[in-house]
Formats: sequence, C-alpha cells, structure tokens
Amino acid sequence: MLTIDNLTNEIDGKPILKGLSLAIKAGEIHAIMGPNGAGKSTLAYTLGGRPGYEVTGGDASFDGVNLFSLDPHERAAAGLFLGFQYPVEIPGVSNLQFLRESLNSQKRARGEAELNGGEFIRLAKEKAALLGLDMDMLKRSVNVGFSGGEKKRAEMVQMGILDPRLAILDETDSGLDIDALKIVGAGINAIMRKPDKAVLLITHYQRLLDYVKPDFVHVLAGGRIVKSGGPELALELEREGYAEVVAA
Amino acid sequence: MTALALPTRRDEAWRYSDLDALASVWPVPDATRITVTAGQSAHGHLLQDAATGAAAVHDYVIDIADGGRFDFHLLNIGGRLGRVTFAVTLGKGSHFELNGAIIGGGDQTLEIVTQVTHARPDATSGQTIRSILGQRATGSYLGSINVARDAQRTDAFQSVKAMLLDRTATANAKPELEIFADDVKCAHGATVGELDRQALFYMASRGMDPATAKTLLLKAFVAGVFDDVSDEAVKDRLEAAAIAKLETLV
Repeated sequence: MLTIDNLTNEIDGKPILKGLSLAIKAGEIHAIMGPNGAGKSTLAYTLGGRPGYEVTGGDASFDGVNLFSLDPHERAAAGLFLGFQYPVEIPGVSNLQFLRESLNSQKRARGEAELNGGEFIRLAKEKAALLGLDMDMLKRSVNVGFSGGEKKRAEMVQMGILDPRLAILDETDSGLDIDALKIVGAGINAIMRKPDKAVLLITHYQRLLDYVKPDFVHVLAGGRIVKSGGPELALELEREGYAEVVAA
Repeated sequence: MTALALPTRRDEAWRYSDLDALASVWPVPDATRITVTAGQSAHGHLLQDAATGAAAVHDYVIDIADGGRFDFHLLNIGGRLGRVTFAVTLGKGSHFELNGAIIGGGDQTLEIVTQVTHARPDATSGQTIRSILGQRATGSYLGSINVARDAQRTDAFQSVKAMLLDRTATANAKPELEIFADDVKCAHGATVGELDRQALFYMASRGMDPATAKTLLLKAFVAGVFDDVSDEAVKDRLEAAAIAKLETLV
C-alpha cells in the first residue's frame, strides 16, 4: 500500500530524514518508535505534505501513485489520514462543519456523491459514540477548549468519519490517561484493523501497543530505520532503552 | 460634507483614500441625518455594493438623545472607492453600536471613518470592524472617540481586525482617543493578520481543497458581525453578499 524508498528531506536547509525506506502492506499495522529528534514527526508531516518539509530525494508511492506529486488535500482524498500530535484549533469553525466540508471535498475529488446534512449527522453520531465523545463537543469549534485527551479522541472521530485506507498516527497516545488510551486504542482497531487498510503508528512508548498490536515494529534513529522486528522489539526497547538497541 | 474643495491627503480623514475616484463624484451628497429621540431604540444597515469602478460615499450624522440606542450594521464591499462615515453624538446614558465588515479585492479602496462623541455622562459605544483584503485592495478604519469634560462614566470600545490575503493588499487601522473626562473606560484593539497556515494545512490534511478551506476560515473571521441583525431577511442578505464577495477572493 505504501512504499517509501530511500527518502531524504530537509527543513530550513537542515537534513532530517537520511535515506528512510519502509514498506507497508494492506492489513498491516506498523509501529515506528525512536528517541526524540529521530525524525518521527518529520516523517509523518512529510508524508502528509506539510509546507516547509521539502523532499530532497527518494520516493513514496501510495497504491502505485507518487505521493509527492499530490497536494495535501489530494493525498487525503486518495485515502491517507494524518493524525496530529498537536491537533490544530480553528476558532469559529465547528467540528461538524469542518468534517462535512472535508468529507464532501474528498467525495467530490473521487467523483462520489456528497452526503446531505441528515446522512452526515447520522455518520458523525455513530463515530462519536464509538469514541465516547459527546455530540455537543462536535458542535463546538474545532479543538478549541478541548483537553489534550479530547483532542485526540476528536482526531479519532475524524478518522472514523473520513474512513481512510492508510492512517499515519503521530503520537496519538501522548496526553492520554489510561482510560482514554484504551478508548482510543479500541477506536483505532475498530476503524482501521481491516484487511484493506493499514496503519503507521508513531510513538515513544510501548503502552499504546498494548491496545493496538503492531505486526511490525521499527526503530527510527538519525533519520533512518535502524532496526525492524516484530512486536517483541517494542518490549525490548521498553526494557533496554533506545541507546542499547540502536547501538546493538 | 459642506466643504466644496476636494480633500487632499493632508486631511487626516482622507489620508488613505482614493482621491482620483473621489473627484468623479465630488461634491458628494449631503449626509443622511438620523435622530434617535430620548429613550428610543432604532437600527439601520447599509450594504455598500456599488458597481465595479464606481465611487460611493455615504455620510451619516447620528444624534442619539438621552437613554436612546442606535445599532448599525454595515457591509462595505462595492466600488473602486467605497467610503462610509459616521459622526455620532451620544446623549446621557445612550448607546451606539456599529458592526461592520469590509471585504475588498482588485484595486478597491474601502473605508470606514467614525467620530463618536460622548457629549454627556454614562453613555456607551461599541465598534466592531472586520476587514478582509485581497489583491491590491486597501481597507481603512479611522475611528476617533471624543469624550467631553462632563461625560463621566463613558464606556467605549473599538475592536478592529484585518486579514490580508495577499502581500499586495493593505490594511490601515487608526484608533484615536480624545478624552477630557477622568472617569472613563475606553478600550481599543487593532490587529492585522493573515490566514492561519497551520489551520490551512490541518484542513487540507482532512481533504478540504484550498478554496473551501480559505472560505471557511474567512467566514469564521467575519461571523458574528451580522449575528444580531434583528430583521432575518436583512441578515440573510448581508451574509449572502459577504460570502459571495469572499468567494471572489479565494
């Protein structure tokens, strides 16, 4: 589904990713772990197309399409979802308005029929219930006045409504207490654990992986994948620390 | 306007104006006079949507007697020059409220000029102006508040925010306070900004195309200006005109 080949990039002229390669197939959940400053968030933003994250070499193809030839909104319409570590607040734009415009923009781009108001509200209610988020929260401005945990839950409601094929989740577990972590983990499984979908989880910690079991774990350090393995690698990292594993 | 000589840029109130465009309609018609009698409430609105290339100048002289209230809603979007001025005199315990939006593109010069005089004690006034300027447009707000010597317990505010869509657009905001009383609250805030790039990327990452995302952010920016228009038909007309104008700029 996603093939990244020898990707290099720069932010403000500073190289961050230095030849990163990774292949994710449909039905798989991959976790990328790594120390601070390894380039984890940079990878997420680069795949999402954030302005300023300049690709200087290598390729990424998403279902055979060159990801970097698409604008950020076209990547979303193609089925990519980027979960933000720090979801953005948009005063004056309600979650429902934001999501309906987003979903219908995607549908227009794919040549599908748009949802009308009633259809959209039914969908939003269903996905909000899945994540235990009160519908009243969705009537409020996007992320404004939301706690850290509420923002992450709202992100997962967004993912549920937009129904992507590939989700790149950047530290979706940060800022969550244990109960919220369970709910978010269950939400990721319910929405994304399907044979035609895939997930790339970016995280510092093992704890999210207790709820969302990865098929593969990769260690990102110095802008490259330095080690890959199965779920046991995450436990090893938790036990030994990054320095040990990276050096080994 | 009684002066017959064409103003110059040395006149403070015309400093940012388009005097060539003004010359084509000078001298402008007499001001519209509005008098609110003691204890009464009244409201008005103006949709300034003159044809492209035209010059439109609207002057209002408003007297609000003791205990009266006047609410005005303004959408200033039309013409090569669109200028709306208010000279307001407030009686004891009266209130004046102006909610206005400027939305301009092309080579438009759009202006709101206010002079609010708190002549007597206990009066309040509020002015909320939101401007969206694209291409080579200039949008200006010049607002002076004058508080007379015995106008104690005056409470006045000006909130002015401008959003620039292009580097070639200009926003001017010039609040001016002249206060001769000592027990007075006058607040003013002015900001000039541009569309939030983080928000635009967040919206794009959810699939929103850039024009839809910009329009949504701009609608949110001017939302509120027409919230309390009492006549629903007028409110719908102002909001629809604002959105139609916005859509020409994104």
